[in-house]
Amino acid sequence: MSVLEVKNISKSFGETEVLRDVGFSLEKGQVIAIIGSSGSGKTTLLRCLNFLETPDGGQIVVNSETLFDAGGRTQLTEKEVRRNRLHFGLVFQSFNLFPQYTALSNVKLAGELLARERSDYQAKRKTILKEIRDNAAGLLQQVGLSDKMHLYPHQLSGGQQQRVAIARALALSPDVLCFDEPTSALDPELTGEVLKVILALAEKNTTMVIVTHEMQFAREVADQVVFMDGGLVVEAGPPEEVFGKPKQERTIRFLERYSEV
Amino acid sequence: MFQTVLASLNEGFLKTLEIFGLTLVGAFPLGLILAFGSTSPFRPLKYLVKFIVWCVRGTPLMLQLLIIYYGPGLILGNNWWGTSSAGRFTAAVVAFIINYSCYFSEIYRGGIEGVPKGQSEAGQVLGMTKGQIFSRVIFLQVIKRIVPPMGNEIITLVKDTSLARVIAVYEVIWNGQTFIKASGIIWPLFFTGVYYLLFSGILTLLLGRLEKKLDFFRV
Repeated sequence: MSVLEVKNISKSFGETEVLRDVGFSLEKGQVIAIIGSSGSGKTTLLRCLNFLETPDGGQIVVNSETLFDAGGRTQLTEKEVRRNRLHFGLVFQSFNLFPQYTALSNVKLAGELLARERSDYQAKRKTILKEIRDNAAGLLQQVGLSDKMHLYPHQLSGGQQQRVAIARALALSPDVLCFDEPTSALDPELTGEVLKVILALAEKNTTMVIVTHEMQFAREVADQVVFMDGGLVVEAGPPEEVFGKPKQERTIRFLERYSEV
Repeated sequence: MFQTVLASLNEGFLKTLEIFGLTLVGAFPLGLILAFGSTSPFRPLKYLVKFIVWCVRGTPLMLQLLIIYYGPGLILGNNWWGTSSAGRFTAAVVAFIINYSCYFSEIYRGGIEGVPKGQSEAGQVLGMTKGQIFSRVIFLQVIKRIVPPMGNEIITLVKDTSLARVIAVYEVIWNGQTFIKASGIIWPLFFTGVYYLLFSGILTLLLGRLEKKLDFFRV
């Protein structure tokens, strides 16, 4: 059964069509890599999944539950949007850690705020907060930052900040974890540590949608590759096919340009 | 003589401090509300607030004091401030709050707009509410950004309080000046400068300390 089904998503900003009939589906534990040049709509697609943008057309279905249907009611309440967003995690290109919180608090914050809405919060406050803390500390350990837990973002390198951001996105156990070019803002020597963390997540069967310019990495990590151009899915399939024997002219040209670099 | 002057100036400076303190208490929150107005996506509200801010920042504070104190009596035929010194004091504080909240609102606006959009988006994708994002993520970053310009305005306010004398609020300069007529001495008026210097010196130190306190993170 598919965890995520994206059907015919389209989105325009004014006159510009950014996404046209984009669709794919993702099984539990699978990784999908979305490649394509800048301006092809990859980021907008992720933003639609995370309800930062509202698609003009199409559907988003998670675990057979339709979260969004452009044919139905599109003006969701804040509460509905918040609930929908919890199905997804998003790791930004520019990390977007909260500068006034330590690494640990960055990971804990959303969970702590969410826990207040639990009916048993008052009664079990201490236990709940301890669980959240332990979970956060565990995630930071998982991304190799146990010793940096109490440092503030500006005291961390870019790669370390991005790893904190990954831990933060994992803290609420989303069904699908999305990455928006997670290494594009990093110095080349720091990309490795972040990619390694993402590969480790893939090995643990984390369901992920990864927008990336790292072709070698995409080939390694993905079960499916989607090549987008001009807001369209031009080619999709297993990495061996899309990278090994691309069928579409546009895909071939795109990959050629990347192999030259 | 020195004792008499000092007692009188102290009393006047207390009034100065009262205007100063009450203005801040009123203008800090009101300025924030105006900032929300001027950044509102609801156009009519946005333009209304921008118009008010333009009027208030575009005219002298002295004129605003006169209009607010005399306006109700002369224009509406109802001087709701009364004729007591307490009424004049209240009118002065109201004028100061309106004036300073407009300046503060622009500082807040700059601070709010200066926080990268990614910060609230990061909060959004983590399922936070708008209120939580503002209070837990944005607010402190705004404070950190606005402490220096706010400090400037606060120091300016210390000295602007002296304008209250145009509607006969007995602040420190008023009291200093009375000695010219009453005793034929001018040094008490000059001596009021010492009060301003000391007080703005203390404020500068406090603001510096606040800036240091917010040094634990960078924006």
